[in-house]
Parts: sequence; C-alpha cells; structure tokens
Amino acid sequence: MITWSNFVSQLFNGLALGALLALISSGLTIIYGTLGVLNLAHGAMFMLGGYAGYAAFQATGSFVAAVATGAASLLLVGVGVERVLVRHFYHRPHEDQLLVTFGLSICIVEAIRFFFGSESRTVPAPAALSGITSLGFAMYPTYRIVLMGIVAAALGALFIVLYRTRLGMIVRAGIEDAVMVDSLGINVYRVFMVVFGIGAMAAGFAGIVNAPVVSLTPEVGESILVQTFVVVVIGGVGSFPGAILGGLIAGEIISLTSMVNPGYAYVMLFAAMTLVLMVRPHGLLVQPGRE
Amino acid sequence: MTRVEYPARRIPCLAETLTAAALIAAPFVLPYLGAAPNTVNRILVWGLFGIGFDILFGYTGLLSFGQSALYGTGGMVAAYLLTRAGFPHVITALVIGTVAAAAVGYLVGLVALRRTGIYFAMITVAIAEVFYFVEFNPLSEWTGGENGLPGVPTPILDLGFTAFKFTTGWSLYPFLAFCFFLGLVVALRIVRSPVGVIFRAIRENPLRAAAVGHNIHGYKLMAFVIAAAYAGLAGGLLGVMQAFMPPDAFTFDTSGQLVMQTVIGGRGTLVGPLVGAAVWLFLEDFLQGTLKLGASWKLVLGVVFVLLVCFLRQGIVGGIRDVIGRFVGARRAHFAEAAAPVPHVPHVPVVPAHRHATRGFDGPILRATGLTKRYGGVVANEGIDFSVAAGEIRGIIGPNGAGKSTFFKMLTCEVAPTAGRIVFEGRDITGLGVTEVCQLGLTKSYQVNQLFNRLTVRENVLISALATLRGKFRLDMLASLARVPGLEQQVQHTLELVGLAGRGEVPVADLAYGEKRRLEIGLALASAPSLLLLDEPLAGMSPAERGETVKLLRSIAHGRTLIIIDHDMDALFEIVQRVTVLQEGRVLVEGAPAEIRRNAKVQEAYLGGVGGELAA
Repeated sequence: MITWSNFVSQLFNGLALGALLALISSGLTIIYGTLGVLNLAHGAMFMLGGYAGYAAFQATGSFVAAVATGAASLLLVGVGVERVLVRHFYHRPHEDQLLVTFGLSICIVEAIRFFFGSESRTVPAPAALSGITSLGFAMYPTYRIVLMGIVAAALGALFIVLYRTRLGMIVRAGIEDAVMVDSLGINVYRVFMVVFGIGAMAAGFAGIVNAPVVSLTPEVGESILVQTFVVVVIGGVGSFPGAILGGLIAGEIISLTSMVNPGYAYVMLFAAMTLVLMVRPHGLLVQPGRE
Repeated sequence: MTRVEYPARRIPCLAETLTAAALIAAPFVLPYLGAAPNTVNRILVWGLFGIGFDILFGYTGLLSFGQSALYGTGGMVAAYLLTRAGFPHVITALVIGTVAAAAVGYLVGLVALRRTGIYFAMITVAIAEVFYFVEFNPLSEWTGGENGLPGVPTPILDLGFTAFKFTTGWSLYPFLAFCFFLGLVVALRIVRSPVGVIFRAIRENPLRAAAVGHNIHGYKLMAFVIAAAYAGLAGGLLGVMQAFMPPDAFTFDTSGQLVMQTVIGGRGTLVGPLVGAAVWLFLEDFLQGTLKLGASWKLVLGVVFVLLVCFLRQGIVGGIRDVIGRFVGARRAHFAEAAAPVPHVPHVPVVPAHRHATRGFDGPILRATGLTKRYGGVVANEGIDFSVAAGEIRGIIGPNGAGKSTFFKMLTCEVAPTAGRIVFEGRDITGLGVTEVCQLGLTKSYQVNQLFNRLTVRENVLISALATLRGKFRLDMLASLARVPGLEQQVQHTLELVGLAGRGEVPVADLAYGEKRRLEIGLALASAPSLLLLDEPLAGMSPAERGETVKLLRSIAHGRTLIIIDHDMDALFEIVQRVTVLQEGRVLVEGAPAEIRRNAKVQEAYLGGVGGELAA
C-alpha cells in the first residue's frame, strides 16, 4: 500500500542516497577526469573509510573522531596508493589500470576481513541525532536528515576546492587536457597525487557518515561501486555536476522503485542508464568530443 | 617471392595435439599428484569459460567484468530444462543453454558496446548486477532464487549399441575434457581466421582498424557473442558437474574470479585461463588446507595478482612463451638484421587500384563543395570548393593551422562537416563513416603513425588487405587465412612496394622511424584505394629517406589519384601536378606548381609580404 507519507519518506530516502552517491561518484569522476584512471577500488575505499571510522569510534567513543579518522585515513591511503601503485600505470593501457585497481580492491576487502571478520559492525549515530523528527507530513529519522546536510556540506566543500581554488583550477584544466597543464610547468604528478587523495577521501568520508545508516561489512563497497558506475555513466565521466545530477537521479530511482518492488530497483537503474546511453552516449552533462 | 607465413601455423595443430595429449594423460597422472577429480573438473569448466573470455579480452581487448551474467544465464536455462521442465536429454539442454547465452550476449553487447574502454567495463559490471538481482527476485520462480536448481542430471551418450554414462568425478571427466577440447579447437580456428586477426587489430588500434575498412562494432559484438556462448556452455556444465545449479554463478565474484584467472594464466593465450584456474584452485587448497590460512588465503591471492599485473603483464603462459620466444627470436633476429633496414624501394608492379575505380566514371574523382567545419566558435574550414581529376597528383600546402588536416578528416569522413557536400566517384559520401568510405576506395595515411604496434609488419598489412578482400564485415570466423583468395599476393606486393619485404616478421614496435612511416603508407596502400590521401608523408624523415619516399609516391601514383599534404615544398612540387594552397581554413589559390611559386598571395601567406622566390 503506497501512502502519501510513505511516498514522501521514500523521496527523502532517495535524496539521502542520491547525495551520498553523488559524493562518492564525484570522487571517482575527478580521479578519472584528471588522471585518466578508473579506480575499481573506489568501493573498497568507501568501505575502508567506514572501518577506519569504526576503529576510531571503538577507541574514543566519539562520532566526530570517527568521521575525522575515516576521512583523514583515506586521504593518506589515496595519496599512498597513487604514489606506490597507480603512478606506474599512467602509461599503461586502460585494461591494466582496471586490473591493478581491481586487484587492490580485493586486497583491501580481504585485509579488512582478516582484521575485522565478516560479521557486520555498526557505528551508532550520536545520541543527539538518533531520534525521529517530525517533518510535519512524515516522521523521519533525525540522523538521515542530518546526513543529507553533512553530505551536502561535503559536496559544497568539494565544489569550493574544485571551482574556487588554484588547485581546483589546475584539476579542471587537467580534466580538459593534462598534457597541456604539464607543459605549462605545473608538476602534474603532484596534482595527480593530491587528486587521488581527495577522491579517496570523498569515498572514505561517505563510508563513515553512512555507517550509522547501513551497517558495515567487508562487501559493503561492492554494490556502492556498481551504483557509482551507473551514476557516472548517466552524468558523464569527468563531470562534477554530472556526478551530482546522476547521483540524485540514481538515488531516487532506487528508492522509489524499492517502494513498489525492491527486486526491480536495479532493473530500473539499468533501464535509465541504457536510455542515457541511447540518447546521450557521453552522459547528460558532458559535451561529446571532450574525452 | 617468399611464402606468407602465419606464426601460429608453423607446426600444424601443435596446440591441439599437446592439449589432447595432456587431457588424456591427466586422469592417469594427476591422482598421483594428489589432485581430486572434482577439482580437475572445476578447472576444466573454468578453463572453458575462460577460453571465450580470452577471445573477448585477450584478443579483442574488451575487458568485461560482467561475464557472470552469461555464465549464469546458460547454466540456468540448461538446468531449468533438465529439472523443472523435465527435459530428458542433457547434451541438447546444454546446447540450448549455450544458444540462449549467446542470444542474451547479443542483446547485452548491443548496449555495452555503445561505448568502449572504461565505459564498457563499467556498463558490463552494471548489467551483471542487474542479472544477479533479476535472478534472485523477479525470476526466482524459474531459477529457484537463492536455493538454485538442485537435481541436474548427468549426461548419457547413447550410441545405439552401447551407452556411456557419465556420473561424477573421474567418470564425468572425459565428458568435460571433450567439451574443453572442442572449445579450444574452435577457439584456435577463430583466432587463426581472418576474424581473429581483425580482433587483434581492434585490440591494438580500433581507430585504424575502422579506418582501413573493418566494421569494428560488428566484430566487437561478434567477440562478445562468442564469449557469451562459451560462458553459457561452461555455466551449463557447472550445473551438470555439481548436480546443482548454484545461484552464486551470477555474482560479481564469479566475473572477478574469471578475470583474475585469465590474467594470472596469461591473456591472449587461450589456455591461460585454464592454467590460471589451476593456480587459483591449487592455491585455495594449499593456503587454506596446508597452511591453515582460512579465509585470508584470498588476501594472499590478491597480493599475488597485483604483483603479477605490475611485473608479469602476460601472465604465466605468456611469460613462458616470452622466454621461449627470446631463444627462438634471438636466432631469427639475426636474419632480420641481415635484411637491413636500408630504405630502398624496389621496382615492383603496383597494387592494383580499387575495384570500383574501373567502373567507367568520368569527371572529377572527388568534388567537395562548400565544405565547412566549425568547432564551437572556431572555424577550421570555411566554404572550401575542391575538385580533383582521376589520375591526378594534387598537393595541398598551407601554413600551420590552415586547416589542412581537418580538411583531410572531412574528406575521409572521420569528422562530419558542419556544412557542404563531398562527392566521390559520382557518389555523395557526405555523412558516411570512415569504414564505408575506405570500402569505396578512399583512404588516408596518417600524419601521426596509426599502426598495430604489437603485431608484425606482415600482420599490419594483412589487416588492411583483408578489409578490401573480405568487405567490411563477414562471419567467416572458422575459415583459414590461407583461404582468402589473393591475400598472399596483395600483402607481398604491398610489402615489396614500401620496401619492407625483408621485415615482415618484425614487430612494429621494433621498426625504425622511417620504416614505420613507410608501413603507415603501406597500410593505406594495402586497401587498394583509387584515391589515396597522404598527410605529411615526408615529415620527420632524413634526406635519404625523403628521396626514397618520393620515389615510392611516384611509383604508387600509377593508376590512382593522390592528394598529398606536406611542408617539404621542394619535394612536393616535384611530384604533384597541381597545388591547392589553404590559408585560415579557405582556399587561397590553386594552380600548377610553377604558378604557385610565383604567386604573390602565397608568398605573402608564407613570408609575410617579403618578395622573392618561394623556397622551402
């Protein structure tokens, strides 16, 4: 039975999921846009952020510390992975880049399984945010409302970094033409390292703030990665606005379809992706011929 | 004239014979090494699954992370027929499952192949996830949902006088081994066929493969369907082997395991996936059983995999082949050196121009009217009217940024003009693709070499020649290369023409720059064009190489029309009959070389108004 309040709260769920997907996808998409590498370990990094935060929460009992740890440790992981592994693959074929990041994702997932086991872990939301708030037309978990705000703030921060700073200008220029940026005397490798770190941090941050909503397992990143791919294909690879639009579309599709029959959520998501591929093969917000 | 030699054919059926021997020996040898029959059977099923995937990934260069969808589909269709539908005949059910997977693969391929590279990988992942959810939920009435389909029977081969009943373990082994062997034989035929060569061309350089006249989308779809059929058969055998069709065949892990096994064993080797599966299952046994690592054995595997991708790109089989190749290659390189890379162009009969050229058409072979190309606000070409007579040699010059290369790209239909029409041999080709236009007899050699780098010189020329002789798309995936009429002559001709006859077996990556430039022209020539465009054929060459290339250009001009862009005006003006000067996207002037040299406007364009004779 689909009631009005049910519909509205699903709409909200879709918005929350969409914002989360937008954040993760923008990490993936700026990495691809700048470095030309599709990071198949992005889902694993989302999961790793959750576990890093979980470990910090176990040690300190503070949710804020958990979020800070989740984001900061993934920034370091991202920088380290770029430095040690990904850097050696810029001049190798795309397939090798996919393979090595895929291998990395297996390593991360299995390492987490080794240290934390396969059973699910939860990070509770802070007590002040754990209740239910009345929105007037529907009751809704407080933390999820806050989550939307947190994620929106993170996206805003990412926007400022990308569009209002020198680094952001270099990154956006790099997405257009990395070779040109290099020949302008800018050390692109250092930029690449920072971008990979920021991209990984976006995933890690999303992983820990989402932990109170969906409990952690080593596999939690896998389905997120698939959804992220759909988001990126819909929005257009390398486009930050595309990731946000695609994220919101995907979030609403999953959420609203689940209200009717959860089994069809992916089918609808896939149908939307196919439609975009048919009508605008380069994605909604990317001009053709810019790859 | 040397015989065309195809590397894989030096010892006929070597791979087939070795595999057959190994498969026959396995049940007598492996038990002593402690291998359980079920493990061996699983390796065979994975190996068969991997053969198809290797054709897709190792040969065609399309990395799919969604093969589980097709594996599961084939398996579920066969298992459903054999259990719920009560269909009695196992082998027929397997065939139906295979066909079903191929049909589904065709539909999936239509969507996934709309984009290439990373998009293709992402889309296949997404599609496989859809299959997983559909199998578990909406279709669970047919597939058994999370319970799978138990009770899949094993095959009985009734020959009338006697019947073979295959059950489990070593008793099922001959059936699986036969299926694997059959799969390998078919795959070997495919990769040795013209289609197999084109698959590798697509892997190495899809843009050039399309530009020499192959319908690469069609061939990619074909590779995808082949891989789907193998996946479907393997999925069906999985059900038969376990007497149960597990739903987790559909998981992303299945696709991931297939990718990893193929890379570990060696891509582009066909048997690599089998070796990879053996390594995988052995490691699983050894690390879990003997070393008691429990679930963390996969962590070790992940690390091994990453190291392999970093340091042994070709996997185990590829690594072994490289080592053997180095020994054999050391000897062969000796001969190759003897053939000397001195660029000497011998006098040989010219490759006959394209078949369409002879169809009594008179008038200009190419006529462009009002050709305009704008990129946003930037005007690359504006209202170009251009006409070339059949048999003419035309030069195009112009300062950098004059729009020469854009003009060529429009003529070969690589980019669509913003406005204007192009008529080739009386036929309007505006809006056709580069593949169609090449098939009609108009092609181009590129300013920046566009070669198939990991293939040999001969294979490069072969790819181009195949497009002329076979058309843009054919399904002859089981035919032998040697059966394509006229191929050997055309390849040999082209090689001799561009002075690379002694270098046929050298990988392109090992060629000197001048040789690569000549091969670039050879690729365009091998498709026997009636109109050949050459984009800066002399650029970057030494004076000696230039002299030889000018000779080459003269010799190929017999019976065909050439349009040449170059900055080397002394050389160019010597060859061509007329010159068109482009400036800022427009035709500045056109005329005989002597007129152009004297033309004040041209001098101004190049020298900024300083008078005097134009010299390069």
